[in-house]
Amino acid sequence: MANKLEITLPSDREICITRSFDSPRRLVWDCHTKPELIRRWMLGPPGWEMPVCEIDLRVGGKYRYEWEDRSRGKTMGMGGVFTEVTAPARLAARERFDDDWTGGETQVSQIFTETAGITTLTLTILYASRQARDGAAATGMTDGMEHGYRRLDDVLATLA
Amino acid sequence: MTPDERLDATFAALADPTRRAILARLAVGEASVAELALPFDMSQPAISKHLKVLERAGLISTQQDAQRRPRKIEGARLAEAVGWLEEYRQVWERRYSALDDLLGQLQAKPPRSKRKRH
Repeated sequence: MANKLEITLPSDREICITRSFDSPRRLVWDCHTKPELIRRWMLGPPGWEMPVCEIDLRVGGKYRYEWEDRSRGKTMGMGGVFTEVTAPARLAARERFDDDWTGGETQVSQIFTETAGITTLTLTILYASRQARDGAAATGMTDGMEHGYRRLDDVLATLA
Repeated sequence: MTPDERLDATFAALADPTRRAILARLAVGEASVAELALPFDMSQPAISKHLKVLERAGLISTQQDAQRRPRKIEGARLAEAVGWLEEYRQVWERRYSALDDLLGQLQAKPPRSKRKRH
């Protein structure tokens, strides 16, 4: 069974995601900072590959990710600059997607903590504006309508 | 309102514990202002203020047909908000479940460099 993913909204412009992994922190850190490992999981929807994954892991260093869906001839790219690199505990950056669907730069912070071999990752994304945050995930809004009432408890708990 | 503005109004309305409690109460059935005020240490005008915010966000409506004008929860707007977070959740759940698989693989077998030495 997968570990539970928690989503909270700490402020108007932020989304915070918390997730635990049954692995030591060093390994989870490596999977977020080594291109050969990132390429094996950060793939997005089925059919998408990650032909470009370049990382200069230091404060002020840049990174560049590109994804491609060859069957449909689609590409997507993003890049950023690290603002904090404290292995294996804290990683922060400013980043932006090429097509800027997030409405400006986002500030991303990842905190890795380990207790008894279980690593908890706290990912906080700070958007340029509240509108950018709300728009960032709104694409599937109509699909989600059918969930209706039965998710009410979940949402209220999430926002509590 | 545009979908974005609707979401803004919805989340602003939900960003208050009293209003969430009112919604939780209305989720089990409609209620009048007096009935809603009962469990809270608040005056009816104070509760009415919260109800106005919820109604403006489209999360509840006022039934006009009865004398006591009960409030009723509106599922569609809330479902929109649910869908918004739900999509976000699915993207990250998919991603982190792929990371689970990778972490499992990395821990299952020793690094290749070590094996070569034997």
